[in-house]
Amino acid sequence: MKVRYRPLQPFDKAAEERHIQEDHGLHPYDEFLKPGRIPHIWCPGCGLGIVLTAFIEAMKQKSIPVAESAVVSGIGCTGRVAGYLDMDTYHTTHGRAIPFATGLALARPDLNVAVFSGDGDLFAIGGNHLIHAARRNVNLKVICVNNFNYGMTGGQVAPTTPVDARTSTTPFGNAEPAFNLPHLAHAAGAVYVARWTTYHARQLVHSISQTFDKKGFTFVEVVTPCPTGFGRPNKLGSGLDEMRYYREVCEVRNGADPSEVEIRLREKIIVGTFVDVERPDFMQNYQSLVVARAQAKAKSKGKGKAA
Amino acid sequence: MADKDLLTGEHFIHGDAACAEGGIAAGCRFFAGYPITPATEVAERMAVRLPQVGGIFIQMEDEIASMAAILGASWGGTKSMTSTSGPGFSLMMENVGLGMMTETPCVVVDIQRAGPSTGLPTLVGQADVMQARWGSHGDYGCIALAPSSPQECFDYTVLAFNYSEIYRQPVFVLADEVVGHTTEKVVIPSREDLRIVERSEPRAPAHDYLPFDSSGPLPAPMAIAGAGYRVHVTGLTHDERGYPVITDAVQERNVRHLVDKIRKNADKIIRVEEVHLEDAEVVVVAYGCTARVARQAVEDLRGRGRRVGLLRLITLWPFPSKVVRRLATKVKAFVVPEVNYGQMAYEVERTAGGKAEIVLMPLMGGSIHTPEEIEEAVGEYL
Repeated sequence: MKVRYRPLQPFDKAAEERHIQEDHGLHPYDEFLKPGRIPHIWCPGCGLGIVLTAFIEAMKQKSIPVAESAVVSGIGCTGRVAGYLDMDTYHTTHGRAIPFATGLALARPDLNVAVFSGDGDLFAIGGNHLIHAARRNVNLKVICVNNFNYGMTGGQVAPTTPVDARTSTTPFGNAEPAFNLPHLAHAAGAVYVARWTTYHARQLVHSISQTFDKKGFTFVEVVTPCPTGFGRPNKLGSGLDEMRYYREVCEVRNGADPSEVEIRLREKIIVGTFVDVERPDFMQNYQSLVVARAQAKAKSKGKGKAA
Repeated sequence: MADKDLLTGEHFIHGDAACAEGGIAAGCRFFAGYPITPATEVAERMAVRLPQVGGIFIQMEDEIASMAAILGASWGGTKSMTSTSGPGFSLMMENVGLGMMTETPCVVVDIQRAGPSTGLPTLVGQADVMQARWGSHGDYGCIALAPSSPQECFDYTVLAFNYSEIYRQPVFVLADEVVGHTTEKVVIPSREDLRIVERSEPRAPAHDYLPFDSSGPLPAPMAIAGAGYRVHVTGLTHDERGYPVITDAVQERNVRHLVDKIRKNADKIIRVEEVHLEDAEVVVVAYGCTARVARQAVEDLRGRGRRVGLLRLITLWPFPSKVVRRLATKVKAFVVPEVNYGQMAYEVERTAGGKAEIVLMPLMGGSIHTPEEIEEAVGEYL
């Protein structure tokens, strides 16, 4: 057949870069942000900016080189974090950030690989991958931004939505109980589990920086306001109101039993570092168990033959 | 362990094992997969072989994770591969799309069984042909190779890796249960006789480098993680820098690039085997295990002086339209045996444009054609 195309508009690199030069460098963290990607798309009152800032601050505190870092995101509001960071960043499919990051981290054990994603991405569509990566103890730093709903699509119920909470798909209240994320991550085998809210910015920085020292699967939950998607139907007020609420109801309880930190609507939120243990990560076991034996076996066999 | 990288010499192995050896010979050092009949033996071979050659084998929790993991490993700079069969291939499709959109080289081996759904897990099918072409949503170019023997499982897995590096995208090896489970002699060549395409690295300084350049006939060299280029890789519509841009103008450039890099290079990619086509009045078009039977039928008929030829499809995608179009003006009929209810036959029909009769010989799966059946179908036009 004949094809009649609409004319292409070629990529104008010079014009794009002029635009970048005007804006880039004004913010003190611009060296960590991709030129030309700010302003971000998040709503006023959203906590994602605080989490992003905490991540950058933790990298600075631990002198983690940008050149040796990679961030993998899934889909959703938190999924957009990757695109703002000036490092090798991967914005993957919904729920699949962890298996993508598993491939990346195993192929490149020299890199710091962080997974930044939301509660829906990591615990609904991606829940299976999360528990298996924790079980394997893949060397991944998972930061889960929990806003109790699907924000990007306009506030639907999530596996983290507390029972009885209103969302656009639970207009009469949520009939399902929520996952207790730290409990699940701990049960699946994470070597480090913490929860903070965006009100606890400094503690959050400290926790993220601690995960940079850990080898294996770490999990940090960040409870975050979503005034647009979750705050409005549940009459929680503005983003600032939610921050005030965190200040009032949160109780820091480091070392708390993860099974006892479930979040219920309008009840106390337990925050802190709950788990910090050591066990061999995937690569350590793979090298010592699998590779050592496979290569010994290969040596003992004749040349040019498979084992 | 250098001697384990390439098992130069003669082997008596099945097609699944040959796919694994082809991958290792091509430089694959990361395999993520999930058990599924009749492709499990590819994974089992990789589980033995990869640790011997400094690679990583991981059995993931499902095929979705397997596909995602090989994309991640590829961005880590490692040639990567998975293998599966129909149900797993279906699960992989979303991340196949991510691989297409993010221009990520890797190889997916599909040892086809009969579907739909669980179908006939242990028996042959060839019904994933259109899924390979169109299975993930949106437009993208597709390369799929169909081996007919264990030797070709080796050869075409190597070729699939080479194509994946040149065109920077997932490439499919569409074998079938019969080919995967046939055990035959496989000759693994010496290093000098093996053409391996290594991944090209960007040479431009970071500020000049466009990781998703769409201006040329081939994709830009790929800046892997940690190479210092700070690349953003997204499944969203993106500009040449990799930045998401949600406009029709960028979508136009982005998608046309993904399709055109294959379409405009189709002549370089396409491979067919032409047997007795010079004076053929009827041409059998076949691929995979079916091509073996078709070859027998054609040779039997030729022995009886009948003017019949075989067009064996090695690349199912891109489809060799020019060859079929040329033949269509000369032959009475194309006979298309395939183990499905008509998939490539429609492609032959579309390409022939009404200039020759098309005879579909479908089998729903579980068995292969006999040479006699094909001879009988051909005989009606001679």
